[in-house]
Amino acid sequence: MSAPYAKLPGWVDYGLIPLINLAVAFLVAGLVVLAVGESPLRAASLMIEGAFGYGEGIGFTLYYATNFIFTGLAVAVAFHCGLFNIGGEGQAYVAGLGVALPCLWLDQVMPWYVIFPVAILGSALAGAAWALIPGWLQAKRGSHVVITTIMFNFIASSLMVYVLVDVLKPAGSMAPQTRTFAESGQLPRLDWLLSWVGLDIGGAPFNLSFLLALVMAVVVWVLIWRTKLGYEIRTMGHSPSAARYAGIGESRIIIITMMISGGLAGMMALNPIMGDQHSMQLDFVGGAGFVGIAVALMGRSHPVGIVPAAILFGMLYQGGAEISFEMPEISRDMITIIQGLVILFAGALENMFRPAITTFFATTGTARAGKTLPAGE
Amino acid sequence: MEYFDTLIVILQSTVRVSVPLILAALAGLYSERSGIFDIGLEGKMLAAAFAGAAAAAVTESALIGLGAAIFVSVCLALVHGFASITQRGNQIVSGVAINFIALGATVILGQAWFRQGGRTPQLSGDARFTTVELPFAAELADVPILGPIYSNLLSGHFLLTYLAFALVPFTWWVLYRTRFGLRLRAVGENPGAVDTAGISVTWLRYRAVICCGILTGIAGAYLSMAMTAGFVKGMTAGKGFIALAALIFAKWKPVNVMFACLLFGFLDAMSIRMQGNPLPFIGEVPVQFMQALPYMLTVILLAGFIGKAIPPRAGGVPYVKER
Repeated sequence: MSAPYAKLPGWVDYGLIPLINLAVAFLVAGLVVLAVGESPLRAASLMIEGAFGYGEGIGFTLYYATNFIFTGLAVAVAFHCGLFNIGGEGQAYVAGLGVALPCLWLDQVMPWYVIFPVAILGSALAGAAWALIPGWLQAKRGSHVVITTIMFNFIASSLMVYVLVDVLKPAGSMAPQTRTFAESGQLPRLDWLLSWVGLDIGGAPFNLSFLLALVMAVVVWVLIWRTKLGYEIRTMGHSPSAARYAGIGESRIIIITMMISGGLAGMMALNPIMGDQHSMQLDFVGGAGFVGIAVALMGRSHPVGIVPAAILFGMLYQGGAEISFEMPEISRDMITIIQGLVILFAGALENMFRPAITTFFATTGTARAGKTLPAGE
Repeated sequence: MEYFDTLIVILQSTVRVSVPLILAALAGLYSERSGIFDIGLEGKMLAAAFAGAAAAAVTESALIGLGAAIFVSVCLALVHGFASITQRGNQIVSGVAINFIALGATVILGQAWFRQGGRTPQLSGDARFTTVELPFAAELADVPILGPIYSNLLSGHFLLTYLAFALVPFTWWVLYRTRFGLRLRAVGENPGAVDTAGISVTWLRYRAVICCGILTGIAGAYLSMAMTAGFVKGMTAGKGFIALAALIFAKWKPVNVMFACLLFGFLDAMSIRMQGNPLPFIGEVPVQFMQALPYMLTVILLAGFIGKAIPPRAGGVPYVKER
């Protein structure tokens, strides 16, 4: 992938170029705001104000960010293996069963700290199971994982509509959702965490799964860069033929990676179901699986990049909701555009500005100094 | 006779819902046969549907609407081409990006221009495509068996419908009987050989994505200006992905594409029809099962359990000239 381009200093490669790409994405988004007759600067300040200006806003921002950390990590793990898991949306949706069923069974008899581990396990297993089939098909039958995961998103959506409407809906209820869980099926909110810095989260559903997301970010870092399995995953991603010569079982790694990826995406279901709505509702994933693609690309598939990228998208979601009160022209759909632009500029066009930057550093002589540096990850 | 009439009604709606699938799947065929994977069919179709309906609503002309739809769709196709051909970016990532940009932009612009919650105004009169009656359709309607087939199933569709079906043999002819088609297929299998023969891989692939853009443009125009009278938020509702599934199901062959799209369209028409009507012997089938069936069939096919779908060999791989 990096072959046609000259080596640049690490801080340019991992800092400057992603920032330039991001800036261009937001610049184009600003043009769209301008095109609908509003001021981009005012929109940006409203957005930041709405997302970080007061305690409840911050609570919501971090609540959304929790979803995106999980799905971003899921996409990133698969990227390291050279796989593109577009199925995070479906995996998280099906994993809702792994969260909702333990809650429905146990919420009358067990306290939340017993249900929570069961639900973590349930969501991870359900998500992993939904990713297992595409992974297995890729490894054993050579069917492209991108296409199968897209298909599995649609199958998941049909399946969950069926389950919610025909199976889990309480008798006599019209709304396609499970019953509301009792107190012990609800995760404690993290109001104390923000009250340390003197903020009141108000009604924001900022909850314990945020800490779980941070733990998973560390776990993913350890897994990818500090374990044998992670080494095998990265080798596979860099060069499948090298992995084969090194005696790494190709199908084994593909299947395991997809299951880890699906499990991470699945854990996202904890946040809305146990943390916010306290029931499983139709379409509770709400596109978070796809935001994970943008988050992983922006964060360069590294947990250190993914967490801030997820918070940025959390800000866009929360701030975007606030903007629409002030600027009726700009609804949540603006976020979808920004998401697309980030994916375009940070992903597909990531090398657009590289030749110019390389020339710039070649003339200043920094690039030659960069060549002697050890190659980064 | 009652069953026969029901069958005609179902087949008629099969044709209606298959048209955008056929157009979009043929669009994908041009692109993917040249080695450019395109999962942005959905987004291009959506953007075209919006542009078409918006232009038609303002100018009151269906033809101008069609032109606008094609123009916008080709522009997006060129963005995809620029990212994946010139910049050698990841084609899947680029396709995903285009889907999101189209999904968001159509609503934001629609709301800003028309203030109807992301819809475009209802199209009527010249702003919408009208159906065409084939000659003698009314006179022959009473002839048993053949009458209903001719006057209900074959007649009374939009011009775009006939165009879509005509494009199937046309695409076959282009692909297998013209120099452009030969080169298009070659560049998708072995771009190095095409380059060695002194033909520009870049220009060939750009032409392929432009063809793709034109066809998704027509598909979008059909959705918002023929099948319905106006644009509604997210109106493609996964049709681009069903078309993609159909393209794979058809193993990237034009005539198979038509049959795959008709099959998926038939499943769609059946699932609408069967809501609340239990089937004989089987009982009531959940609608969701019928809706998921095209995707499940595609997965099973991809897994190689019913035949094997082998994609163009150079698909998804950016071409780097040796330096």
